[in-house]
Amino acid sequence: MSTLVIVEHDNNSMNPVTRNLVTAALQIDKELVLLVCGHECQKVAEQAASIAGVHAVWLVDNVSLAHQMAENMSKLIVSLANSFKAVLAPASTFGKNILPRVAAKLDVAQVSDVIRIVDDCTFEHPIYAGNAIETVKLLDSIKIMTIRATAFDAVDNDQAPCCIERLDKTVEENPSRFIKHELSRSERPDLASAKIVVSGGRGLQSAEKFKLIEELADALGAAVGASRAAVDAGFVPNDYQVGQTGKVVAPTLYMAIGISGAVQHLAGMKDSKVIVAINKDEDAPIFQIADYGLVGDLFQIVPELTQKLRHSES
Amino acid sequence: MKILVAVKRVIDPYVKVRVKSDRTGVETQNIKMSMNPFDEIAVEEALRLREKNIATEVVAVTIGNDASQETLRHALALGADRAILIKTEQSYCSLNIAKILHKMVEQEKPDLVLMGKQAIDGDNNQTPQMLAALLDWPQATFASQLLVNGKTIEVTREIDGGLETLAMDMPAIVSSDLRLNEPRYASLPNIMKAKRKPLDSIELTSLGLDLKEHIQVLEVSAPSSRSAGVKLSSVDELINKLKFEAKVLP
Repeated sequence: MSTLVIVEHDNNSMNPVTRNLVTAALQIDKELVLLVCGHECQKVAEQAASIAGVHAVWLVDNVSLAHQMAENMSKLIVSLANSFKAVLAPASTFGKNILPRVAAKLDVAQVSDVIRIVDDCTFEHPIYAGNAIETVKLLDSIKIMTIRATAFDAVDNDQAPCCIERLDKTVEENPSRFIKHELSRSERPDLASAKIVVSGGRGLQSAEKFKLIEELADALGAAVGASRAAVDAGFVPNDYQVGQTGKVVAPTLYMAIGISGAVQHLAGMKDSKVIVAINKDEDAPIFQIADYGLVGDLFQIVPELTQKLRHSES
Repeated sequence: MKILVAVKRVIDPYVKVRVKSDRTGVETQNIKMSMNPFDEIAVEEALRLREKNIATEVVAVTIGNDASQETLRHALALGADRAILIKTEQSYCSLNIAKILHKMVEQEKPDLVLMGKQAIDGDNNQTPQMLAALLDWPQATFASQLLVNGKTIEVTREIDGGLETLAMDMPAIVSSDLRLNEPRYASLPNIMKAKRKPLDSIELTSLGLDLKEHIQVLEVSAPSSRSAGVKLSSVDELINKLKFEAKVLP
């Protein structure tokens, strides 16, 4: 009995969080299979096969899997799951969409957002926006879980590629039809896996002024994040949102600028290694968790910081 | 068409939760409770569809003890036509909740089930997907826009890289994201009116379900806390600290 990891990808490249999931999966069982489902995604399977510790990659390549929709993805995974002890997917919108459907079809429970594997049936996950940690024991024979990638280190060494096995599976037509994607294109690092994240909040006042955050991020080679207030005010698209209802990040450095630090936002970033807060309100809750705080006008501090960082680079 | 909306009573999102000293859960005694915010959005969406004459009836359902009636009365005050309480003193994992709701769907035969994408207590984000699986209906999770076109719905979903739009035939399950709409407030006359709207109470045991235990909660603990660091006086000092003390900048 081994563990199965569902690989998130865009048919072109594997989401790097797969490397964090491999670490988690190896804590449950030393034998590990990665499943790549999609269309014309051989390249993804090759990337997956090179991760150190992976025993086999199973590839299902079918045009009806191009958009990896929950209905047919879950049917496919269910048809493979019975020979595994555990099935893991990232706790991203991809994994959250598909995996509970798999669990219900198998008539087993799921644990979401696992942050620690105690043993092969006991897991920890945050509840109440990260204000409590629940330890649960899964009683079913197949353990289904989504993994919070930032809670596990990424496997960063590679191996000689393991075997890629093409599975000849019939894939049913999907009852849902894909219409379109509207993706926010960015040259910056991916928010969920970036080493440095610079986030702006309502204090930025406008989309125009939010550019100050982007300039600082570029000076640091960082990803850009935002609070819900900044998203709702239309400063940035919603996939920038960090928090309980957005993305959960844990970079080495998180800079919260013009963000008060509501519980909902803290849930998404309080596991960052070093937190810096820049805010004009010295009583803002963000200062209660920040390692370094600067009280003052962000419209003066941020440009100065950007300029001095650029200067020290050159 | 008929819409079933599943709602949950949870600790109010603005309350700072405290873990019980015996580590069996969090304090809920004398704590303010509310309707799960994502469910309020689901109710609002159903009401808007009825106001556009697309939906004909909006039924709110919840699973819980007598106190959950309050959550249903709130849904009625917002505008739901009637409500159903499935009474139990026990709390269940998402899979069993989905099984109970499955029974309700078979009984009520809605065209659309609207639910919040996650409850802010367990943060599981599972029940809508599980209910869709049990019914073998299509699902549209994390919806930020919902358009109904005859028997088909078109749903824009919030995904990690941006947005995705799907179309599917009803019956279907839709789970709401925060940006789907801005929920209304219940007016005083509507709160009064809600007291006369039908609220059926059904004993869970009468549904004849065999719900086995899938998850055991061993412990609930407080997360490791972070304490406040230092306040600095200048940008130079900040850069200096980040470089030489925290060593997070080159």
